[in-house]
Amino acid sequence: MKHLLAIDDLSRAEIDGLLDLSESFIEVTQRDIPKIPALRGRTVVTLFFEESTRTRLSFETAAKRLSADTMSFSASTSSLTKGESLLDTVQTIEAMGVDAIVVRHPCAGAAHRVAQWVDASVVNAGDGRHQHPTQALLDLVTLRRRLGRGGFDGLRVVIVGDIRHSRVARSGVQALSTMGAEVTLVAPPTLLPESLEGWPVVVDDDLDSVLPEVDVVYLLRIQRERLAGALLPSQREYTSRYGITVERAARLKPDTLIMHPGPMNRGVEIAAEVADSPASTVTEQVANGVAVRMAVLWSTLGSGGQIA
Amino acid sequence: MPDDVLVKGGRVVDASGERVADVLVRDGVVIEVEAQLEPASPAARVLDAAGCVVAPGLVDLHAHLREPGDEDAETIVTGARAAALGGFTAVVAMPNTTPPLDDPAVVASVLAIGRASACDVVASGCITKGRRGEELAPMHELHQLGVRIFTDDGDCVADADVMRRALEYARSLPGAVVAQHAEDPALAQGGSMHEGAWSSRLGIQGRPAAAEAIIVARDIQLAELTGGRVHFLHLSAAPSVELVRAAKRRGLPVTAESMPHHFTLTDAECASFDPVFKVHPPLRTADDVAAIKAGLADGTIDAIATDHAPHVPQAKEQPFEQAPPGMLGLETTLALTLTELVEPGVLSLADALARLSWSPAGIAGLADHGGPIASGRPANLCVIDPALQWEVDRARLASRSRNTPYHGRKLTGRVRHTILRGEPVVVDGVAQR
Repeated sequence: MKHLLAIDDLSRAEIDGLLDLSESFIEVTQRDIPKIPALRGRTVVTLFFEESTRTRLSFETAAKRLSADTMSFSASTSSLTKGESLLDTVQTIEAMGVDAIVVRHPCAGAAHRVAQWVDASVVNAGDGRHQHPTQALLDLVTLRRRLGRGGFDGLRVVIVGDIRHSRVARSGVQALSTMGAEVTLVAPPTLLPESLEGWPVVVDDDLDSVLPEVDVVYLLRIQRERLAGALLPSQREYTSRYGITVERAARLKPDTLIMHPGPMNRGVEIAAEVADSPASTVTEQVANGVAVRMAVLWSTLGSGGQIA
Repeated sequence: MPDDVLVKGGRVVDASGERVADVLVRDGVVIEVEAQLEPASPAARVLDAAGCVVAPGLVDLHAHLREPGDEDAETIVTGARAAALGGFTAVVAMPNTTPPLDDPAVVASVLAIGRASACDVVASGCITKGRRGEELAPMHELHQLGVRIFTDDGDCVADADVMRRALEYARSLPGAVVAQHAEDPALAQGGSMHEGAWSSRLGIQGRPAAAEAIIVARDIQLAELTGGRVHFLHLSAAPSVELVRAAKRRGLPVTAESMPHHFTLTDAECASFDPVFKVHPPLRTADDVAAIKAGLADGTIDAIATDHAPHVPQAKEQPFEQAPPGMLGLETTLALTLTELVEPGVLSLADALARLSWSPAGIAGLADHGGPIASGRPANLCVIDPALQWEVDRARLASRSRNTPYHGRKLTGRVRHTILRGEPVVVDGVAQR
């Protein structure tokens, strides 16, 4: 695997391979010295055009645990639009000698563009509303560790919230359905994609009728800016219709899992009590994120050898 | 005294029909159109047209020549050279320059530079000051300089009252037409591609077809209300075509143009994330492409224009959503029309030339262009080899910019010679100016 740009580039077998590898790295991260020399002498740069402390930390931790050297580049897109093109920025960084570029950008397809221009491996760490493939993989790892290897077939997942603006939803839907899960979307119509042609999902308007049926509830963050325009009448109305309140959580099957990519808006899309309940996988998702990114860096940098 | 030019051995096609004839040109004017003409003097320049179509020079209602303000991307001279190579003898320069064409002095300077270039450069004028959509530009002063097409192109005149007043005021300016970039900004703003299955999948905010159709519908009502002439720039969406068709059926003073990219490409191209496919209005669906073709075939859409929109390379070396919209068109429009419309039988050759020459000449009020090719008429001609096969190579375009979405595409039909007021400005595919 040269690059990881989007989930739809991956087959089910490839995803399974990455999940296996991730589980091996979870074991590594649990050692007393959670570091192996797999990528010694390799350089990984995180190229972030959008603020994201969490994702950057996760990638840099992953690189360091594989003994790679790391560099980081941050840029506000506003300063870049005036001057240097993305191509110039990327070529400058590549000239310093890097093996992998981890790209986060507010625009869809930015990582794809970068991959067309460089020899280094490119990992998409989130491109606009398009894709966030490592998030989808870490969600799958989290599910597999809770459910066991065969757990995806026929798994019923509902994704709730701002699907339209969500790269997590776009990559998540593809990943879950590739693995055999059945995905339902529940969202205000203003926060659904304009077209769902070709999406392997069903849409339901009534969260309360869906909840008792599902094995996994995947909640998306409601950004404050969505409340400013004509997309939503109010936060209160959103929470009353689409939030996982304590009352709604009580209607779930006892073993239903609750997932959230973070950062959570407690009291908006998820009640604090629900976020902190045993059904919630939120902290596991973050922990597994490091191992998944180790697996992705390991695979894209093509070491192919044994994990020490 | 320039020498005579004799265009020999071609098939002359204009609005009056077609015949095999040679065309003799003297002092910028067609002298004779007859079979088997011989040069009157040994100094006459003979241009071989064997196997070729001799047509009135093409007229582009819509080119961004970028001067003044963005001469790195294109200048009037380079844009006009690209136009001549594409068979055009007249191009209408769009007003979204820096400063914009809302001021007589700026328009006069564009016209002055244009006079020394390889095709006639016809300035459009802004509808509103600064293209801000608020106050009318000095339309009469611009009209006195020869401006006939008024447009804020690049931006829609969004305010219905401003559009109404522009249409009313233009009634007092003979030949004036108000040309609308029909995209409701409230619906289109922030969008980078057609809103639909592809935008939803790619996570790119869309510009819905309704943004165009809403303004088309509104402005048809305003044309009816005011009696002013409205022209719709770059029609791209199926519902808009139907609205214009219905308006014409009712006899309203409405015309429309479409671009090759809207009858040859779809929004699926955007999946490459290459901003060379970003344009406003955006590439739409196969159904829209079919509707544009049908509109061109039945005359609902009067003209094929280029929307030639050069950008320096670094402007497109950005993510799709950050890159500016627009693509080159002057050097590929004729060949795309021949390859994608004439060859498959969507348009006859004569109808294609109507959409590219005499119909747009009529809309812009350019009496010297669009034929007919007859004794006494200004010699603005293009000689087309309809069978020549070639491959678009962005490195070999005459434009200063390289942002063609057709790089590598094989096309059939190319301009062999272009004659501007009797002067061969393109000979055997080579620009002479």
